Amino acid sequence: MAKILNIVESAYRATIEEQDDTILWFSHMLANAGADIAVLLRGNAVNYLSKGQEVGDLRFGDAGLGNPPRIAEDVAVLRSKKGVPIYYVLEDATQRGLERSSLIDTGEPVAQADLARFVSGYERVFHW
Amino acid sequence: MSTVTILTMDAPYESANSTTALRIVDAAIRKGHNVNVFAYEGAVSYSVTTQKPHQNPVKGTSVEEERHPNTKDWVAALLSAAQAKGVKLDWVRCGLCEDERGAFEQVPGTRRGSPADFVKQIASSDNVLVIPTK
Repeated sequence: MAKILNIVESAYRATIEEQDDTILWFSHMLANAGADIAVLLRGNAVNYLSKGQEVGDLRFGDAGLGNPPRIAEDVAVLRSKKGVPIYYVLEDATQRGLERSSLIDTGEPVAQADLARFVSGYERVFHW
Repeated sequence: MSTVTILTMDAPYESANSTTALRIVDAAIRKGHNVNVFAYEGAVSYSVTTQKPHQNPVKGTSVEEERHPNTKDWVAALLSAAQAKGVKLDWVRCGLCEDERGAFEQVPGTRRGSPADFVKQIASSDNVLVIPTK
C-alpha cells in the first residue's frame, strides 16, 4: 500500500461550522479505511498542536454550537487511537512563538532543512 | 439605533468568512441595530433548508450527540433574534446566484433579490461591510 502524507497548511478553515478540521477528519477516515497515512502540520496549522486552544460558547441568536471544535484533542486521538504519525515543521512553530512546552506531546518536529528528505519517504503527498 | 449592511460572498463550510459574517450580524442585533445582509454567490447556500446535520463516524457520535447546527439554523435563529429584539434583519439572497446553484429551498423570512437591492441597502445604511471571497 502506498504511503500517504497529508500536509495540512490551511488552518482553521471553517472549523467552527464543521465543528472540526475537515482534513484531520478526512485523515481519520482514510486511516479507518486502512490507509498507511501520516500528517505533517505546517504554516498556521502548527497551531493545531497548541494546548491553549479554546472555543467558548458561540451562539447565533439562540442556536449554539453543539460540540465546539477541539482540534488538539482530535490530533491526539488521530495519533493515539489510529496510529497516524503526526509531524510539524519546527521553524513554523518557532516563528509563531510556539515553544515545545506549549504543544501537546503528539507531534514530532521536522526541520525545514530536512523536509525534502522527509517528504521523499512517501509515495503520495497531498498538500491541503 | 443604526443600520448596517453586510455583503458576504463565501459559501458556508469553506472558510471562516461565513462564521465571521454571522457573528457580526448576531452582535449587531444584540446591540439593537438594524441589519441588512446581501448574500452573494456561494453565500446563498447559508440558508438552504435542505441542509442536514450528520453523525460523525470519526468520533462515533450519532446525529443527536453531534448536535451540529447547520448554517440554515443560524440564519433562522438570527431572524428570530431580530424579531425578539425589535430590530430589522433584511436578508436578501442573490437570485441569479441561487439559480446557478439550484439553491431554491430557502429559509422563510429571507428574500430573493438582486444587486439592485444591495444598492438600496447601501442607501439606507450608516455603514457597509463587504466580506469578499479571496
